[in-house]
Amino acid sequence: MADLTSDFIGIKSPNPFWLASAPPTDKEYNVRRAFAAGWGGVVWKTLGSEGPPIVNVNGPRYGAIWGADRRLLGLNNIELITDRPLEVNLREIKSVKRDYKDRALVVSLMVPCDEESWKAILRHVEDTEADGVELNFGCPHGMAERGMGSAVGQVPEYIEMVTRWVKQNSRMPCIVKLTPNISDIRRPAEAAKRGGADAVSLINTINSITGVNLDDFSPEPMIDGKGTHGGYCGPAVKPIALNMVAEIARNPATHGLPISGIGGVTTWRDAAEFMALGAGNVQVCTAVMTYGFKIVQEMISGLSQYLDDKEIGLNDLIGRAVPNVTDWQYLNLNYVTKAQIDQDSCIKCGRCYAACEDTSHQAIAMSPDRVFSVKDEDCVACNLCVNVCPVDNCITMVKLPKGKVDPRTGTPVGDYANWTTHPNNPSAQAAE
Amino acid sequence: MTNSPLTPGIVPGRLPADKIAANFADHEAALDRHEAQVAADRCYFCHDAPCIAACPTGIDIPLFIRQIATGTPQAAATTIWSQNILGGMCARVCPTETLCEQACVREVAEGKPVEIGRLQRFATDTAMASGQHPFVRAASTGKSVAVVGAGPAGLACAHRLALHGHDVVVYERRPKPGGLNEYGIASYKTTGGFAQAEVEWLLRIGGISIKTGVELGRDVTLDGLLAAHDAVFLGIGLGGVNALRASGEDKGGVANAVDFIAELRQTGDLTTLPVGRDVVVIGGGMTAVDAAVQSKLLGAENVTIVYRRGQEKMSASGYEQEHATSAGVRIICNAAPVAVHGNGTVREVEFAYTVDGPDGLTLTEETFRLKADQVFKAIGQTLTGAPDGAAVAGGKITGLPPRVWAGGDCAAGGEDLTVTAVAQGRDAAEAINQFLMGVAG
Repeated sequence: MADLTSDFIGIKSPNPFWLASAPPTDKEYNVRRAFAAGWGGVVWKTLGSEGPPIVNVNGPRYGAIWGADRRLLGLNNIELITDRPLEVNLREIKSVKRDYKDRALVVSLMVPCDEESWKAILRHVEDTEADGVELNFGCPHGMAERGMGSAVGQVPEYIEMVTRWVKQNSRMPCIVKLTPNISDIRRPAEAAKRGGADAVSLINTINSITGVNLDDFSPEPMIDGKGTHGGYCGPAVKPIALNMVAEIARNPATHGLPISGIGGVTTWRDAAEFMALGAGNVQVCTAVMTYGFKIVQEMISGLSQYLDDKEIGLNDLIGRAVPNVTDWQYLNLNYVTKAQIDQDSCIKCGRCYAACEDTSHQAIAMSPDRVFSVKDEDCVACNLCVNVCPVDNCITMVKLPKGKVDPRTGTPVGDYANWTTHPNNPSAQAAE
Repeated sequence: MTNSPLTPGIVPGRLPADKIAANFADHEAALDRHEAQVAADRCYFCHDAPCIAACPTGIDIPLFIRQIATGTPQAAATTIWSQNILGGMCARVCPTETLCEQACVREVAEGKPVEIGRLQRFATDTAMASGQHPFVRAASTGKSVAVVGAGPAGLACAHRLALHGHDVVVYERRPKPGGLNEYGIASYKTTGGFAQAEVEWLLRIGGISIKTGVELGRDVTLDGLLAAHDAVFLGIGLGGVNALRASGEDKGGVANAVDFIAELRQTGDLTTLPVGRDVVVIGGGMTAVDAAVQSKLLGAENVTIVYRRGQEKMSASGYEQEHATSAGVRIICNAAPVAVHGNGTVREVEFAYTVDGPDGLTLTEETFRLKADQVFKAIGQTLTGAPDGAAVAGGKITGLPPRVWAGGDCAAGGEDLTVTAVAQGRDAAEAINQFLMGVAG
């Protein structure tokens, strides 16, 4: 079994699987059960300032979308930050941390945008002996209307300012949680770094409406005939999160800034993908809200087996794919592949044919007895057939070796060449 | 080859070799990767899952299925083996339709459970084929334990003891280890020499030696074992067979179903194994089904299972019964044998219809006869060879002297299933370990 011990900005945990700040981490009961189940760390659900507790709606606060067999793919929520009194949360955090010194316990914070509010809450958190703080600049619903959450996260200058307050007023490691509801994720990450953040975590949830009730004409989840946008998360958001993590990891201005990866992590494989793109650890929420705390066992066994199979350590995985994330213009235009259908595993559903014939390049032939085969002379290697095939690994992309003539273009496969030097590129020609 | 299903008497080669080979092939093909993926995706990962509660060994089924779903069948196998070291065999022979799969919430909801047994086989087969062995023996404790019987209970006990660092000597009366896995289960459920392959794989833990051809009471005594070892585990199974208590049952052609199954399992070329034209199997359990179906597969023309109570009381599961009838076996219920007729060898079996009333089973006046040249008795096995000092009640060992434990079919508790034996052997090993390391250690 590979060693999964994680050191994220000096915060140690027995594995890199943390629970994200969210409903599962709202109280001592849950967090103790999560630690007992094997979670390496927890980011406690966001605390607000002292005063009357936050109020939540009393109707549905979650909405969802499902795949086949009602598998939950995306979850949306309109729950606000913790609605329990600050002193109760602080007492419970201290109690849990006392008993779980080997686990990471980070406290998520969201208070009004003034230095005094931040100073006050930081003093309280330091008393709990928690391992660090995460600044919630992400929640897109409710709190943003009050000038917090994503209202801060969408303005890089605010991020920098608040992060600086936190670093000046606390010795605790500080993670800045970023909202994806922004056009360029690199800007808030750069701002967090300028402000002195030890790490960023992303993504928080995405503005969303999960559905519309076609009888009541109300967005879902519906509260008394009305609905509002909530924060979207779960497996469906993973690709968006992976890209944002990668953008920060490969941006020269933030390269090397530790990242806690969040967004649809459900299995060991999701976690490994985030880490390969630069995340030092991952945070999980929707998967435990769907399946319970126990799923961490699969994440532990799976990541451990993967590292053993690859004969690498956890730290070797982190960022290993970052150098391979590039811009389109640098992709090798002489990398030529052709789809190939394995007739033994083909179940003859014809989805590849429908996709290719109707919507792509008419590069799949169908015989009267339903044998599907690729026409190399028409195949542009778009990968759509691979993506729509219900059988994993039935259709694969096979690379043409150098020198071999591509039957579609009639030209032999050449050496690496990209758009920057392509004759059709006006800029390339201008450079000559 | 001149024999056919119509040849009278008990003769070999009723079917051509290729037909026999096809009949005795793996009766349920292994899942391939795609099938396993689709099957695994159906698991809901239930909380406190009913399937786990229904498994006598308590395998964490949702976890191992999730590990298959995420592409780590080796991890899935480790999850299985950590509870049930014979998980590969149990995947093949467990009556999952009355255990985990009956409890599956999708069985309740859709009448179509997650295929837990076949997924378990996928995981264990994949991991065994990879050549990895996930368990490492603890440092030697210097303690020695005798395990009597190399069946599922004894093997599970031996493995767990070895894991804890104890030295284990397994005494087995038969020529090969495996117990009923090797000698007592229908051949088509465990093809390709799987029983022996699994034993060899299990022994890779180290610290276990098996002495075959050694029988308790004949070659060794319990006192002798206790003198030579720190503890003893008895997994001796059920060595006897119940009699029909019908006149003429000593006639030629009347045999024990378990002996027929054992002989079949040890016969390399099944075209040489004789079988009757008209076979009657008396009993209602798995042994009856295994004997009847295999008789049919060898080429018997007519095979009939006769059970004395109603079909709903047969201990063979509905799935097994269906398997028998689809193989061409006829099942007659509510009839008990009263006489075996024939001149030296069986020619007919006479049955009386029964009534299963509040006062128990009674025979009616009405009888019928079935033509038979071969009769298999499958009305239950009995405990034999329990050593002095063992208390026996209800045909099971219920009490033992100090330093002695028992498990499997010979011991009280649970159904007589491979998986139950594994659970009892494993749990006895844990108790022995506690005893050796706590009290005596």
